Parts: sequence; structure tokens; C-alpha cells
Amino acid sequence: MLKTFKGGIHPPYNKELTKHKPVEKAKLPQRVVIPMSQHVGAPCEPVVKVGDHVKVGQKIGEAKAFVSAPIHSSVSGKVVAIEPRPHASGAHVMSVVIESDGTDEVYEGVKPPKPLEELTPDEIKNLIREAGIVGMGGAGFPTQVKLSPPADKKIDTIIVNGAECEPYLTADHRLMVERPEDVVLGLRAIMKATGVNRAYIGIEDNKPDAIEAMKEAVKSFSDIEVVPLATKYPQGGEKQLINAVTGREVPSGGLPMDVGVIVDNAGTCAAIANVLKTGMPLIERITTVTGAGVKEPKNLLARIGTPVGELIEQCGGFAGEPGKVIMGGPMMGISQSSLEVPVMKGTSGVLVLQKSEVKTLEPMPCIKCARCVDACPIHLLPTYLGKFAEKGMWDEAEKYHALDCIECGCCAYVCPANIPLTQLIRLAKNRILASKKK
Amino acid sequence: MSQYKFLITSSPHIHSGESVQKIMFSVAGALLLPTLAGVYFFGTRALILVITATLAAVATEAIFQKLRGKPVTVWDGSAIVTGMLLALNVTPALPVWMVVVGSVVAIGLGKMIYGGLGMNPFNPALIGRVFLTVTFPVQMTTWINPVDGTTGATPLALMKMQGVPTDYYKLFIGNVGGCLGETSALAVLVGGLYLIYKGYVDWRIPVSYIGTVAVLTFILGKDPIFHILAGGLLLGAFFMATDMVTTPVTKLGRIIFGIGAGIFVVLIRLYGGYPEGVSFSILLMNAFTPIINRLTVPRIYGEVKTR
Ligand code: SF4
Ligand code: SF4
Repeated sequence: MLKTFKGGIHPPYNKELTKHKPVEKAKLPQRVVIPMSQHVGAPCEPVVKVGDHVKVGQKIGEAKAFVSAPIHSSVSGKVVAIEPRPHASGAHVMSVVIESDGTDEVYEGVKPPKPLEELTPDEIKNLIREAGIVGMGGAGFPTQVKLSPPADKKIDTIIVNGAECEPYLTADHRLMVERPEDVVLGLRAIMKATGVNRAYIGIEDNKPDAIEAMKEAVKSFSDIEVVPLATKYPQGGEKQLINAVTGREVPSGGLPMDVGVIVDNAGTCAAIANVLKTGMPLIERITTVTGAGVKEPKNLLARIGTPVGELIEQCGGFAGEPGKVIMGGPMMGISQSSLEVPVMKGTSGVLVLQKSEVKTLEPMPCIKCARCVDACPIHLLPTYLGKFAEKGMWDEAEKYHALDCIECGCCAYVCPANIPLTQLIRLAKNRILASKKK
Repeated sequence: MSQYKFLITSSPHIHSGESVQKIMFSVAGALLLPTLAGVYFFGTRALILVITATLAAVATEAIFQKLRGKPVTVWDGSAIVTGMLLALNVTPALPVWMVVVGSVVAIGLGKMIYGGLGMNPFNPALIGRVFLTVTFPVQMTTWINPVDGTTGATPLALMKMQGVPTDYYKLFIGNVGGCLGETSALAVLVGGLYLIYKGYVDWRIPVSYIGTVAVLTFILGKDPIFHILAGGLLLGAFFMATDMVTTPVTKLGRIIFGIGAGIFVVLIRLYGGYPEGVSFSILLMNAFTPIINRLTVPRIYGEVKTR
């Protein structure tokens, strides 16, 4: 039996659109918009001024806080503006706008470090921090922070998240097929940095070629095991993945480190490998540009800061009339109003749905069918939580564990009454958290 | 490229395509099987009863909604299911106007006064049926034999009053007196299995319900197979005890619901005044549903025991 978790759903995966398409280098953008906040934690402070000339890999945003990650220029050229710009979150966020000079000149400070064998754990962590590496699966938690748990948390297991359970997305899939040795190199750096000698690479079994490639790449490492997982959403959710691979449960309100586990995305591992090999910080990533709304879906290696509209153009533009542009996947991604929003460190995909595909469904009364209950991977009662949120019963919502909701979207996906459960529960969470702060 | 206006909504951006309508129409479709069996054994009067009851239920819902100035939502299919279920739960000999009364009560008192779809604590069809049983006790218990239409007793009554058994084959196929839709165990089973296959019925309820009846009757020295096949147990277990609105939302809760209903059926059948107890057993458990839900909230992922 394949390993998995309880609950979850089987949406149409629609990965055929791009899963056999090798990663292509996206065209160098003429202008990039680089938000100073692309991660969980404190935003960066710009360390360049309008008019400054910057090069590829040069730091433009300094991370002052511990939970933060610096940001680097993804092109060489001139800083033309530092101002709030549209951000994938829907808000306007302070961003550095750089006009490319087309030379793609690399910053002098970018040099390969010592080989991994000679690096100390602290040096590795420092490299990761300075390279601005954050979780690339979407959440964007600074990786180095994850690798530095408090002394009382004993970490014994590293899990590489190669599940890529969001429908449509194939960025990690292609990465694991094309550059499996990079994933392994990054993983070994993490293992060394944390002193852990047991690691798993979890991959959904709908990616047999990735499983094969990764198995081949870990052959000579007896402490790394590739774990095929059942194909089920949200298999790649951190808590679900940990549960499937180790059988452990992250305690409510806790973190993976509370059960001795660190989870890092396959893309994050590859980004670490890139730093080790070239010294280049995180300035580009693979992002899947896909959906029936784009002519020719592709996996593109895109510079951070590239407006998504440019990527869509490189995929032949829109097919039919676009109805929705989503940063990320269809289950947890965020719909966008502007094509100006830039690719960020956590942008695993850009999904364009055709107008005919997006329907606004009229909510009906809950018929208590319990589909949402069966689908919830956290085993909550979304029907109750939704009702509490509708009625503003925040205390009740908290009692029924609203704060444990991972916002995976399973409940809303299955609800035959079209109740926007996930949205309602998100609202309840925000309210509960807001009242706690007071 | 910027001339487009994009829709902004909260995630998730895709939907299963499942709908209340689909569920209700599938249930109605599955109910066609016992309906057809009823028509086969009892003739056109059965058909007329089912159609009238259904139309009356739909009309009642529409009128209620119109009167209250609410949008008319009869197309969701739930009133159709209620109407059909009610008709399947009465004797084929019932005068047509009485089933209309039953439908009006089922929808009016069983559903609309609580606020309509999803809000009713009790299965509306059973409310209608119990109302008819209480109001028209004679007509509701005038049973007719299949095919020839002569009056006779139901297998359960024969057993209870005179200790006369009916053979399994007849019970299974449906060639016995009884309610319109409960006569053929086979038709009910096929319809119910279809709904389980479609995921619209949780197997836990019929299995725990029927299982409890079987075990209890066996322990009490009765014939379990007879008690499963005779009367409305199968129809109730697959189509009424599984009504989503009035049964628990947790898996454990559904098992408890089935066991509870099973115990009540056996108590009523063996020790109560009625030969049949399915309707009451389900209504009783409907009343317990909120408590069962509260007591069976699942342990969430990562929940640590506090004190
Ligand atoms: S899935 Fe929708 S209709 Fe069904 S119980 Fe949950 S909220 Fe109610
Ligand atoms: S969005 Fe929250 S409540 Fe809904 S299924 Fe996911 S975890 Fe459960």
C-alpha cells in the first residue's frame, strides 16, 4: 500500500498539459518588479537607491530580522523606482523596479563557495540565508530559520516535499526529472547543516519518471530514501506529508520540528544546490504557466520579478477569453486582477482559466451531506465552522478548531451546496487571531 | 492583453461539480426501482399515488415559498424525493386525496416551517407518514394483496398476530402485501446499492441498522432473515435513515444512528403495539442526531489531549 493520509480529494490533475515539457529558459525580462516581501516574516529594506546600477545576484533588499530573507536583483540594469507595486497577495507592496540593460552581467560578489565537504553547518546555514532562500512550495518560510531550531527540538528526519499535489503544477516534477542530482545535493547540505542522517523524498505516484530519476540519484546514499505516495490532494501539505512518511502528527498549533521533522520543498533543495555550485542567490525559479487559458502551456525558468503577463505571452498568449489568472495552483492559489504582478520566490505556477471554466456558483443551504467532513485532511467539521463564521460565532469556531484549518480548499471543492467553506473558515481564523492580539 | 477583466475570488478555484440537485435527482432515480416494483405488483393505482404525492409535495413547497416571498427552489429535487418516499411508504389501497394530505403535511410541517431545505430535524416523508397513520388509522392499514388487489394482511402482521411466516422468496421479490415501495426487497436493494456506489449514501447506516436488527432478532430467538426482508426495514435503511439532512455528519455518529434505529425497530416490532417500527425508529433517532453529532466530533489531526 502506498503511503498517504486520511481525508483529502481527487480533483482532476490536468498535469498532462506540461508534465512532459522540459523546462525552458524564459526570455530575459526588460524590467523586473521585485517585491521586498516574498516570504513569511519581516519585509526587507531596500539597500539600493533609484538610479543605482545593479548586477545579477546583487543584494537589493536587506533582511534585518531573524525571520526574513534577503532579496537580490535578478537582472543587471538600473533601479528606476522604489515604490509600492501590486503583489500576488492582492496588496501593494514596496518593490524595487529595475530596468534591464540586457547584458545580464553577474555581480562580482557571486562566487562559488568551498565544496560541501569542507563547509561547516554554520557556514551552510549562512550561505542559505545570504542567498535569500525560502520555501519554494508557496508558503515562503525562510529556509535557514527552519534549519536552526531551538536547542530543545531534536530533529531526526528531513523530508523533501516532491509531492506537488496541486493540480496543473509540474515545476517540481520537471525539476526532479531533469536535475535530480541538484535536489540530492541540496538535501545533503540540509542534512549536514542540521546533523540529521535520515531523509526521505516523498513523491506522488503520478510522477513515476520523477520517482525513478530520484531513486537513481540517491542510489549511493543509504541514508536517503525515495517514498512513493498515493496521489491525493493535499498530499504535499506539510502535515499530511509528515503523517504519510513518518506516521507522526504535528501537534495542533505546533510546527514540524515539534515532531523532529524538517520539510523542504524539492525546489528549495535545488536552489540550495545552485548556491553551492555557483554562489548565485535565489534569483530565478521554475514556474508552470498553464491552463486552458494559455495557448501553449510551459514550464519556464523565470527570473524573479518578471511580470506574469510576459510569461503568458511567451506561452503564445491567451487561448480563448481568459476568465481568471491564478498565482499558484487552483486549490490554494490567489486570483489576480493585474498581469503586472511579478513572479516571486514562491510562485510555483501561473494558471489561466478560460472564461467558460470559471463559474460563480450560487450557494444553497447546507444539506449536511458531510462530504466536507470526509474530505477535510485535518478532520475538522467544515460544515459547522462555515455556519459559525456566517453567524459570527467566533468562539464556537475556535472551539471547533478553526485555527487548525490549513486552508487546503478540499471542503469547498466537494460541497454540493457550493458553500464557500474555505473562505468562511479563513474569515473565522482571521477574526479569532485578531481578537487574540488585543 | 490588459483589456481583460479577471474574476477575483477566494480559493479554491475549482469545484467538484457535485450539486444538491444531482444528489436529489439520483436519489429520486434510485427510488424509481421500488416505484416500478410497486406498480408491477399493485398496478396503476400505485403509479397514480406516487405521481400525485410527488406533485403535491412540489406544489406545497412552491406555494410556501411564494407565500413567504422566498425564491422558489423546487428544482433542487428535494421535494420530489420527499413526495416519492411518502407514496412508497403508504398502502397502495390508500385513497389518493389522503396521500395529498400527507404530502402537504410532510413538506409544510416536516420541512418548510423549519426554514426549508437543510433545516428540518426530522425526515419530512416520515412526518407525513406518521401524520397519516395517526389521522387515518384504518385506511393506512388496509393492505391489499399484489396482483388480485384483494385485501389482506402484511407479512409482519401475519407473523405478529397469527404467527404465520411468509416465504423468503416472495418477500425478496415483492409478491406480498405491504407498503407500495417496501414490497420488493430486491428493488430496494438495487436502488440502495446504486446510491452507495455513487457515494450518496454512506454504507455505515444501512449496515449498522440492518445488522443490529439481524443480531437482536437472532438473539431473541426470532427469524432474522424474515425481519430484514419483511416490512419497510430495507426501504427505511437505504432511503430514509440515510437522509443526509436528518442524520449525523460524523462516521461514528452514523454507526450509532444505525444501531439505535435497529434497537428501536426490534423493540417496537416484538414488544410494541405496532407490527412495524421503521418509521418511528428513524424519527426517534433523528431527534438524537444533534446530540450524536456533538458527542462524536472526530479527533482532529494533531490534537493533543489536554488534561
Ligand atoms: S459539503 Fe456542503 S452541504 Fe455537505 S455538509 Fe458540508 S457544508 Fe453541508
Ligand atoms: S480548508 Fe480547512 S476545513 Fe476545509 S478541508 Fe481544508 S483544512 Fe479542512
